[in-house]
Amino acid sequence: MMPATLSYEQAPPFPVPLRFFLTAPLFMLLAALLLVVEGPEIMLSRHLPATLAATHLLTLGFTTMVMCGALLQMLPVVAGAPVAAPRLIAWMVYPLLVLGALAVAFSFLSEIVTLMYAGALLTAIALCIFLIATGHALLRSPSRSPSVPAMGYALLALSVTVALGITLVIARYHGLAVPYPALATLHPLWGLVGWTLVLIIGVAYQVVPMFQLTSAYPSAMTSRLTGILFLLLVLRSGFEFLSPTIRDGLSFLVSATLAAGVFWFGAVTLQLQHRRKRKLNDPALMFWRSGLFLLLAAAMLGAGFPLLPPEYRDTASFVLGILTLPGFILALINGMLYKIVPFLAWFHLQANFPGKGIVPNVRQMLPETMTRGQMRLYLAALTTLLLAVGLPHLARPAGILWALNAFWLAWNLLRVARIYKHTVQLATTRL
Amino acid sequence: MTLLSQSLSETHRQCDTLFAAMENAVTQQKWGDASSVFNEFRQATEDHFQAEENILFPAFEKATGMTQGPTRLMRREHQQMRDALSRMAGAIATRDADASLGCADTLLMLMQQHNLKEEQMLYRMMDEVLESEADALLARIKTMAV
Repeated sequence: MMPATLSYEQAPPFPVPLRFFLTAPLFMLLAALLLVVEGPEIMLSRHLPATLAATHLLTLGFTTMVMCGALLQMLPVVAGAPVAAPRLIAWMVYPLLVLGALAVAFSFLSEIVTLMYAGALLTAIALCIFLIATGHALLRSPSRSPSVPAMGYALLALSVTVALGITLVIARYHGLAVPYPALATLHPLWGLVGWTLVLIIGVAYQVVPMFQLTSAYPSAMTSRLTGILFLLLVLRSGFEFLSPTIRDGLSFLVSATLAAGVFWFGAVTLQLQHRRKRKLNDPALMFWRSGLFLLLAAAMLGAGFPLLPPEYRDTASFVLGILTLPGFILALINGMLYKIVPFLAWFHLQANFPGKGIVPNVRQMLPETMTRGQMRLYLAALTTLLLAVGLPHLARPAGILWALNAFWLAWNLLRVARIYKHTVQLATTRL
Repeated sequence: MTLLSQSLSETHRQCDTLFAAMENAVTQQKWGDASSVFNEFRQATEDHFQAEENILFPAFEKATGMTQGPTRLMRREHQQMRDALSRMAGAIATRDADASLGCADTLLMLMQQHNLKEEQMLYRMMDEVLESEADALLARIKTMAV
């Protein structure tokens, strides 16, 4: 028996995070198919039902799906704070999140009010269970790593995002007396910047130096950036409720500062990677670097946004959305999956069947030719999607490329899962 | 007075540097260099493991009474890394670039997640419970390495 004072435990069983990682590409595939079906229509505004559906397939079904699995996996390693009963938590969170994400996405398309309520409720329950489990673990973390407060801010931002989402649903269908446009602006801001970007920054503090053997992030950044970003989101939210003239001026200031903070993170990370000790240029690194350049572009566009003439703002906000979600966020997560999934498979096999000499190394599980090809397809799909903003007839080809991309990603991850299963069988029959 | 965490984390970075040099040599298929840097890297890693297993972990276990806790897990991971290092040695000896890079990728991940656990938690706990003995322990490690 391990004593109660033990500050870190072994990682959770492989199936716990794996189901989240294997499911995520299927949601990307659904979003891509929606783009194929809807075609140029979907590119008209980010507030259209189909666009909202595709966005939620990506944010809930892909991004949040992977991040939930990854946090259950990483908390013991990064924060020394294992989630209690990870199997039970995953067993509850996973099906609720899958159903919730599907219901939310399809309720936008069908406008069935009950479905929207069901989706919002399922998602909220899933994420509340997740928040309680991970929040409880984080609060007991003995680690002084800067990733720990970043994860804390990210979890707080996730709860704000969920609360805003629920309020929007009630306001939309029940005419709740709330400033709808203000909440509709804040919901994606908290979700993309507060939950997703802050968590990515917190994780980057650990994994960028680890994977590529770079120097550590400057402590001037690690000690304050995520806290500042969180504070800016709080300020930005408060300003939404001021009178329009004061609000616009202050919001501009806050948005520019936010963009500067994001730019700082992107630029420092690119510089660290440029000076890395490890010269290898693997697809995971290229996913990171592409994603970071997209982040820099998004930060510059975000900062300059209020200066644009009003007639360009709709297009600009659409481009900003593409640079951020299918761009930066999907690229980084894709790269991370290629590092994490093969390693976890190897780690669990090695721990369970040591010295048998039958465990393939990470490159045998997932050859670089497969990941490199998918990375090129991803870049082609993203470029086509960006071009489709100006050339709407490219929307369907972009959708087809995204569908192929999602399929290839799923195929690569399934390959690792199959080899894992096969090796377990081989090892057990040899016992 | 030196902090144990500082000195031990520096050793991790030195091993990282050797690892990178070894992997870069393999990538360029400079097998002579790869082999000699690998031996240096393996020796540095083994010295560090022994300093922990023979000197620091016992001191920590004695001070805290925790023999089944973090040190047990760290010893187990040291063994996993020793196994990974033997496979790496085999791959370099046969000049198999794919196998060498595959082993290197795996070993790096194993090493880094292990270092993270030690640096973020175990070493900090050691700084607290072994504060008065830190200099003496580091001196013992130095004589061990010679």
